[in-house]
Amino acid sequence: MNAIWIAVFGVVCFVMGFRFYSKFIAERIYRLDPDFQTPAHTYRDGVDYVPTNKWILWGHHFTSVAGAAPIVGPAIAIYWGWLPAILWVVLGTVFAAGVHDFGAIVLSSRHKGHSIGTLANRLIGQRAKLLFLFIILILVLMINAVFAWVIAKLFITFPSSVLSVFIQIPLAVWIGYRVYRHSGSMLLPSVVALVVMYGAALLASEVPALQIDLVSWFGGADAPVVGGFDGTSMAFLVWIVVLMVYVYVASTLPVWKLLQPRDYINSHQLVVGLALLYLGLLFGAPAMTAPAVNGEADISWYPLLFITIACGAISGFHGLVGSGTTSKQLDKETDARLIGYGGALGEGMLAMVAIIAVGTLFASGADFTATYSSFAAAGSSGLGSFVKGAGQLAANLGIPPQMGSTLVAVIVVSFAATTLDTAVRLMRYIIAELGTEYGMPVLARKHVATSIAVVSSAALVILPEGPNGFGSGGYLLWPLFGTSNQLLAGITLMLVSVWLKRQGRPVVFTLAPMLFLLVMTLWAMGQQVIFTWSGFGDAPRNLLLFSFGSLILVFTLWILLEASRSFRQGAGERLDALSDEPR
Amino acid sequence: MSRADRDDNAPAGWRARIGRVIQGYDAVLSLPHRQEIARELQDEEDLFMLLCFCDMMGIPNPVSDMTLELYPYMLERFHEWHRRQGIPRSPLDSFRCC
Repeated sequence: MNAIWIAVFGVVCFVMGFRFYSKFIAERIYRLDPDFQTPAHTYRDGVDYVPTNKWILWGHHFTSVAGAAPIVGPAIAIYWGWLPAILWVVLGTVFAAGVHDFGAIVLSSRHKGHSIGTLANRLIGQRAKLLFLFIILILVLMINAVFAWVIAKLFITFPSSVLSVFIQIPLAVWIGYRVYRHSGSMLLPSVVALVVMYGAALLASEVPALQIDLVSWFGGADAPVVGGFDGTSMAFLVWIVVLMVYVYVASTLPVWKLLQPRDYINSHQLVVGLALLYLGLLFGAPAMTAPAVNGEADISWYPLLFITIACGAISGFHGLVGSGTTSKQLDKETDARLIGYGGALGEGMLAMVAIIAVGTLFASGADFTATYSSFAAAGSSGLGSFVKGAGQLAANLGIPPQMGSTLVAVIVVSFAATTLDTAVRLMRYIIAELGTEYGMPVLARKHVATSIAVVSSAALVILPEGPNGFGSGGYLLWPLFGTSNQLLAGITLMLVSVWLKRQGRPVVFTLAPMLFLLVMTLWAMGQQVIFTWSGFGDAPRNLLLFSFGSLILVFTLWILLEASRSFRQGAGERLDALSDEPR
Repeated sequence: MSRADRDDNAPAGWRARIGRVIQGYDAVLSLPHRQEIARELQDEEDLFMLLCFCDMMGIPNPVSDMTLELYPYMLERFHEWHRRQGIPRSPLDSFRCC
């Protein structure tokens, strides 16, 4: 089947979803009021609360939520065939993610711009505040471990991308200083930085001397190096140590010095990446060689698919961004439809092209089955397959596949590195807050909190043992990441449902995706914890994943119990106290 | 408008349109950075206000005679500042900004 038809199907569903479903939700369910005075006007302060043009805010919201996650999940989930993955991405985006992201912005806008965290605290009570902090702590810990693994894996698989990624750091620092010390626009310097980075990537893909290939430096993949480590394991260890040192420094610097200018360059890369892939698809019109449904899967897609693809179908992280910053900049309440629903569609487009890139990579279905021989193999090689598939799509635009793959690897690593930096920073704040809460002020110190964040993340990425030895098991954490992300989305949808119920409006459109999400997440996690990681039957026990999985399960059940208790005790009234609506 | 006039204006129209697209793109990407600069400026502003009014908090201010001259320039900024601090009406009789 020609991949263009899949993209057309997705785009048509997205357009119809926006045109009809989001309109229905906006008019009948959320009942957006163009005359409602948004927090951006009521609390206008020139910093956080600023009325912003809806297209500019949509662009900002989209670039904040899109990253490496909607690429990694679909690249793994295509293991069950492209059809279930595409259907979940398209239907999940239209009926769950759009409503969720849109709802988070409207809910926050109707409650003085408060974030989902604050609203959850108000709804469920003080105990939930700590519970919520623990859930976000686990989420960011998973993000750190998974993305550190992603970067190390790509550095080992595509050594030509290393130089360009490291060149980005001084370039970003230069832009940061230039703009903050001397003012002026970031546009031109960041385009120059992008050209230098891509120039370095293209050069490195042609000149082997510029490729930082640690595996060959250590004498080859299987060569014994030291302490029983072979070349690949040693390269992995070195990259993790380098990344952790980098992320320690990066996350303790002021944001304007490195994080923001790099974010700016990455936003260009998102545009370049999407244009490269969709134009390559359009000009090449490749056929999908991956099977529509993989009949030989060693594990059922149901319900694991729903936690394998989180970002790209639905993601709780979007609710944090939507209620944290976007809602405070909403000029008119009616703009929330384009920004929230439209932002989710943008992410869905990214996830869809990730599935197409992997689905069109292989010469035949047999080649696909050889690479995606098991769920474990899919986890291990999914991302590499995406990068190669994307390189192949870019080749339709006249870019040699090797260069194309290097460019795409640089883009994915840049996204992952920024996510890593942000997540470690966030983890530092949470550790400090928990330290203050539990009377341990030492944890509130910047370097103590950062050290704990970095060491625990490093331990988590190094400890899981994969089928290919040391360092190959980072992908095993991916379902845990998906679960904690979906759990957050479930909490947001629950809050939106409570608000709708208080307003006497239908709750089925938010409650149905919430129940679906929580049931699938609990089912999938329960299945993994009880039957896969506990050592049940013939399965080898994995104590680390078993402990983390059990912890997430307990937190999920706990928050559900707390939520149902608080509903019975008038949670709606407590939520009303934060509302801007006339009563 | 003749066809020749339209042809003359066409490139300028396109240039303006492309310019607007680039401006919009720049605005999308610079939104968080603008916020960060505004936050830092606001911190400086708050410190400046503290220096101007430290007398009222029992901290001697050696430059109070000179700061009085800032009154007309500060009226509007003082108004924004006290709202930012969560005080809806001017807390000072001498500063009748609202």
